[in-house]
Amino acid sequence: MPTVSMTVNGKPVTGEVEGRTLLVHFLRDKLHLTGTHVGCDTAQCGACTVHLDGKAVKSCNVLALQANGAKVTTIEGLATNGTLHPMQEAFRDNHGLQCGYCTPGMVMAAVSLVKDVPNPSEDQIRHGLDGNICRCTGYHNIVKAVKAGAQAMGGK
Amino acid sequence: MHDFAYHRPSSVADAVKALGSASDGKLLAGGQSLLPTLRQRLAEPSDVIDLGAIAELKGIKVEGDGITIGATTTHAEVAASADVKKTIPALAVLAGGIGDRQVRHRGTIGGSLANNDPAADYPAAVLGLGATIRTNKREIKADDYFKGLFETALGDGEIITAVHFPKPEKAGYMKFEQPASRFCLVGVFVAKTKAGLRVAVTGAGPCVFRSKELEAALGSNFTADAAKAVKLKADGLNSDLHGSPEYRAALISVMAARAAAAAG
Amino acid sequence: MPNDIATQTGIGARVKRKEDFRFLTGRGTYTDDINRPGQTYAYILRSPHAAADIVKIDASKAKAAPGVVAVFTGADYEKGGLPAGWQIHSKDGSPMIEPPHFPLCKDKVRHVGDQVALVCAETYAQARDAAELIEVDYKETTPIVNVGDADKAGAPQVWPEAKNNVCYDWHLGDKAATDAAFAKAAHVTKIDLVNQRLIPNAMEPRAAIGDFDRATGEFTLYTTSQNPHVIRLLMGAFVLQIPEAKLRVVAPDVGGGFGSKIFHYAEEALVTWAAGKIERPVKWTAERSESFLTDAHGRDHVSHAELALDKDGKFLGLRVSTKANMGAYLSTFAPCIPTYLYATLLAGVYTTPAIYCEVKALFTHTAVVDAYRGAGRPECTYLLERLVEKAARETGMDRVEIRRKNFIPVNAFPYQTPVALQYDSGDYFSTLDMALKMSDWAGFEKRKADAKARGKLRGIGISTYIEACGIAPSAVVGSLGARAGLYECGSIRVHPTGSVTVFTGSHSHGQGHETTFAQLVSEGLGISIENVEVSHGDTNKVPFGMGTYGSRSLAVGGSALVKAMDKVIAKSKKIAAHLLEASVADIEFKDGKFTVVGTDKSKTLGEIALAAYVPHNYPITELEPGLEETAFYDPLNFTFPGGTHVCEVEVDPETGVVQVVNFTAADDIGRVINPMIVEGQVHGGVAQGIGQALLEGAAYDAESGQLLTGSYMDYCMPRADNVPNIQVGNHATMCTHNPLGSKGVGEVGAIGSPPAVINAVLDALLPLGVKDITMPATPYKVWQAIQSAKKAAE
Repeated sequence: MPTVSMTVNGKPVTGEVEGRTLLVHFLRDKLHLTGTHVGCDTAQCGACTVHLDGKAVKSCNVLALQANGAKVTTIEGLATNGTLHPMQEAFRDNHGLQCGYCTPGMVMAAVSLVKDVPNPSEDQIRHGLDGNICRCTGYHNIVKAVKAGAQAMGGK
Repeated sequence: MHDFAYHRPSSVADAVKALGSASDGKLLAGGQSLLPTLRQRLAEPSDVIDLGAIAELKGIKVEGDGITIGATTTHAEVAASADVKKTIPALAVLAGGIGDRQVRHRGTIGGSLANNDPAADYPAAVLGLGATIRTNKREIKADDYFKGLFETALGDGEIITAVHFPKPEKAGYMKFEQPASRFCLVGVFVAKTKAGLRVAVTGAGPCVFRSKELEAALGSNFTADAAKAVKLKADGLNSDLHGSPEYRAALISVMAARAAAAAG
Repeated sequence: MPNDIATQTGIGARVKRKEDFRFLTGRGTYTDDINRPGQTYAYILRSPHAAADIVKIDASKAKAAPGVVAVFTGADYEKGGLPAGWQIHSKDGSPMIEPPHFPLCKDKVRHVGDQVALVCAETYAQARDAAELIEVDYKETTPIVNVGDADKAGAPQVWPEAKNNVCYDWHLGDKAATDAAFAKAAHVTKIDLVNQRLIPNAMEPRAAIGDFDRATGEFTLYTTSQNPHVIRLLMGAFVLQIPEAKLRVVAPDVGGGFGSKIFHYAEEALVTWAAGKIERPVKWTAERSESFLTDAHGRDHVSHAELALDKDGKFLGLRVSTKANMGAYLSTFAPCIPTYLYATLLAGVYTTPAIYCEVKALFTHTAVVDAYRGAGRPECTYLLERLVEKAARETGMDRVEIRRKNFIPVNAFPYQTPVALQYDSGDYFSTLDMALKMSDWAGFEKRKADAKARGKLRGIGISTYIEACGIAPSAVVGSLGARAGLYECGSIRVHPTGSVTVFTGSHSHGQGHETTFAQLVSEGLGISIENVEVSHGDTNKVPFGMGTYGSRSLAVGGSALVKAMDKVIAKSKKIAAHLLEASVADIEFKDGKFTVVGTDKSKTLGEIALAAYVPHNYPITELEPGLEETAFYDPLNFTFPGGTHVCEVEVDPETGVVQVVNFTAADDIGRVINPMIVEGQVHGGVAQGIGQALLEGAAYDAESGQLLTGSYMDYCMPRADNVPNIQVGNHATMCTHNPLGSKGVGEVGAIGSPPAVINAVLDALLPLGVKDITMPATPYKVWQAIQSAKKAAE
């Protein structure tokens, strides 16, 4: 079986995978990073969103081997030393999550959105989250959270 | 998906070699269409050859009176490129509207064109601007490239390396998204080029096509009203849950009008 | 400062959720995150056909494939079928038809996705690879998928015992009185409606892990369920015959349910059964495409309704005839949805004196249909509010005035409707006024003119609704056919040093019970919210539970906790009296302290608890040590949330696109514990209602029975840019029969909103002559409606 190596949440990791192993399964099954979720099989729902070399991608739509040598950040790597990332904090403050299943992907997508558009308008947030589906919140509080998170991130 | 042998060549030559020695090899660029297909077991390649490590396939450069985009350049890179925005703003707009944020970070122009999904955006720009597709073997004019449903002029062992877009006088793109998938139900690219007025329509038919009727109308009067007045026939257009051929025909005129307005 | 508890974290406070930290940091534990030592992975081979005989299955190649541990087919399965939890009787008194529902098909498949074989292997990929080697010889037959056609002569039959595919032919109300009302009507409004089939799509796909302990013979099922105790009861007693004492069901973090995770599914039984067979854990996780094919769907009604009015616009009578799709089998609660959760609500918020409703439940070759957020009540509300709107248009009455004129007066409660229910409280006038004000109904004409200048057609729509939830008085539902009680169980364990664990049968899968219930108990016992932990979802921890559905968690589950707290306080008073050397009658419990009235002598709950667990100085002859109380609360009635929803849309006449630009929900849900959570529930429900009105619809191909909307590529889920900001208002009248006064909020958003949206779309299209549109009002359908109206006008 081929071997893949990458840096995940700052730590170098190596593992054996099949050619067909998806990045999300490598993260969940081999590294036990179960915060990244699988919500669909057509790369639409965004629950599996992680950052690959700093960019939001759907980890169910990337082969583990394609990420060889890359830097991956998952939801588990977003908080530092037990302190929530401003976007995570904003989701909590604004009740931007209910069942929590889409949440990791939503937060990772939101951080990526704010990197591209530092101070997004409501419209930019709504359109900018079109790669993520939430069934619980009606998006109202997610939009509020992303706005607040963007402000707290201060354009970073 | 079924398992396969994975290859990650670092040159086009090595990719061609790997493809040649595979019993049923598939090229993988961004994988945003291929991987869902494999996950649903709709294809069963013996080998997957990842083009992601081939430096010569990446990048955007201004070339002559136009712009050349490497095959594995992502949609996000095209959308954000200052050169593209300056030379052909409509192309940046189109790239920035493909799929969603995550898809744009992975999906590539070469992958999109090789796949030739009838609901993809890029074919509209390539055909609408009269671009040239460069492969490891030859150059193919847009008018000769798109052959039908998921069909192109690419031969065995042929790999897209780049696409050259000539700078138009002005151009605009507007699409109407299929509500669920957000692929194009109808996308229309209008361009005033040196070679004349070109209108390319994607999503509406089995393959991207040029609309002679709209080209004639906009060629003589480049306005939204001129496009809107064109009543197209529905014959041969796609039909599904999300729209009849008649609906698509009507949307083509509306989107052409809005694209013309966007072109200024 | 005890008073801080009440104001900062008690009832009515916007407390940030206790559960959020784990969800935001990826530490939630959903079923698929759990792995058991030695587990195998299951893949279920499903029917590619809607209707076929299974002529032969040859699994020999699959059994020999790499990594395969076992392959099971219907012939191997010797246990029971999945039961229906509710029995309906037809008009003629005969019981509904209840066909067998085995977890693996034996001789026929009856919908695309039906379970044909179970493969257990060392990896998921191996199981799936092996499933491709199973050779199934099918003889296809013609399917029936549309409920409107299912009882027509010559329609393909799903079950031989269900003639004309009829499961039951039921009715409710006074036919003669209704006929008499129509006979004296000045005007009759008629409408034909489809309430389309929806696919719930909780973001977490269903999953189940069966585990078998060889040493003890105990089974454990980890499952994505809204009600683990109900699954234990149904699966243990009816399907696999495992005594409760040998069966543990755990529903850990569950990623949304919306009804679809109430029911007992084949896969739960299969993994548990197979784990016993192979003596290894068996893990199954649905792919989203399997969820589309096999999760219980919602709605799917075809109805005709008529409303009789007098010359002043007062409603005299209502006549409704509905066909409801059951799918190929009876799902757990399917029979009661189009009956007791639908027809009983047909009075709505109105004084209509005579109502008669007929409901025919029909089998088709489609996935089962059962409760989905609202369950029966959205179908009822949609029917009423489309009908009332149409009556206003036909009679020239103002849309708001016709409603107000027919509202049940504020002083008429308790109000007995002609369709069995007795509403305890409500004030429909106040929520209506609130919604009109919040939505600036009066200023609409100007906004409409502005939109017109931009080439858009603007419309405004209203819906005034009621629903019945807080399910439900056991004796009442028992008399109506329920095969279970519908109480809830709550337990309060005060630990020796004063912290508290709350055990509730109300599972939380997004509703925030860990916070709401902690608020309730924190205020009730006067202890800091940090000292309250809420435990749910494990049958080995929680004494019992009926689960979370029908907006019942607070009204029923919360009431059980209030009763358990009452018991804790009563016992604590006795202990305090002993410790303080006073009589029990003189002990007052206030602000977390047990005080001798008129003195400064007091004990905190912590001190009482310590005395109860270290009973050195304790009334041991009168009281047992320990401080833990359990209560079962059986509600005295349903609860009746209601309110007004107002929707404003803009239609692009060139493309047919409808954009919701404003949405206002003014609801009466009784007492609110956490307004932040309550608003979130309304937002989510409204988004699902907008989804039903404009985007979502399951479509089966009428000829092949294939699901055409089998993925997010074709089934349109609401995304952030499909939904507006949602204004939420609350005007509470208290529920009169539970200790909290709470009514329930989980479903109101999905119940009130669809007709508000469609009424707005029709209002926008009125100038073009469009009179009707079916849900979902997709761009294509709106465009078609505009074209037809144009043609008709030519």
